[in-house]
Amino acid sequence: MGFELILFYVFAAIAIGTTLLVVVQSNPVYSVLLLIGSFIGLAGLYVLLQAPFVAVIQIIVYAGAIMVLFLFVVMLLNAPREELVTSGILESPATRTIGAMLAIAFAAELAWALNRSSTLAWTVTDVTRRPFSVPEIGRRLFQDYAFAFEATSILILVAMIGAITLAGRQLTEGARLKSRPAGDASRTDGGMAEGGRAEGGRAQL
Amino acid sequence: MAELNHYLVLSGVLFTIGTAGVLLRRNVITVLLSLEVMLNAVNLSFIAFGRFLGSSDGQIIVFFVITVAAAEAAVGLALVIALFRHVETLNPDAFRQLRG
Repeated sequence: MGFELILFYVFAAIAIGTTLLVVVQSNPVYSVLLLIGSFIGLAGLYVLLQAPFVAVIQIIVYAGAIMVLFLFVVMLLNAPREELVTSGILESPATRTIGAMLAIAFAAELAWALNRSSTLAWTVTDVTRRPFSVPEIGRRLFQDYAFAFEATSILILVAMIGAITLAGRQLTEGARLKSRPAGDASRTDGGMAEGGRAEGGRAQL
Repeated sequence: MAELNHYLVLSGVLFTIGTAGVLLRRNVITVLLSLEVMLNAVNLSFIAFGRFLGSSDGQIIVFFVITVAAAEAAVGLALVIALFRHVETLNPDAFRQLRG
């Protein structure tokens, strides 16, 4: 009993600590790597919540696939450090006052809601119940939620085509690049050479 | 034994951190990362509710949320690449070409 609570606090501390660092960090590469730590903490919590299937796909899909995609884009863009310029609207005292008041109201509402819900005394009714097995979840997924599952496949397909269309170099652009002088040719190598990339970008604008 | 409220408070804290990241950061990639944090906070509350109600629906919804998050990340990052090609910066304040 007590051991589980300790584990909860350990994983919660990992999740909150790494997530805070993600938001505070100014280098996006560190942000992405720290977010993987946060996902691992959350996966631990899912195991505590008897959801091993979700814990595993959290690691495989989120930490393994999505974060690698992020890391790839961060490195591909050779992202410059964030310039800490605040726009004028954040500086004005009126905005700050309104923001602080909204934050206080939100915190009070949250405290009220949680205080109220604690009287309902949610506890696990059947502690010894085994976790849902993967076959069980798969059966539900392909029977009760078959339509949603198929719709998701279409969504993934559309997202894939959309990503290729948006990020892929258009053929017309490629043809234009070929007809340009050699100084701009570095743009075709994926934008890795920084000096050439900046020049090419300006020439394009 | 951790109760439901523990998980809900944790979920709320993570969601707040994510919201703060979306609103305060001036880097599109970090904004997208904060969006993922918010999605994960919601996932945690889904799993916690599913566990404490004794239902597998929570896990199935999280499965779909993760799928949609993958699609969102792919399209969002493609947009970031396309935008970066035009303005050479990741500052969202610079993306104002539609405004003229």
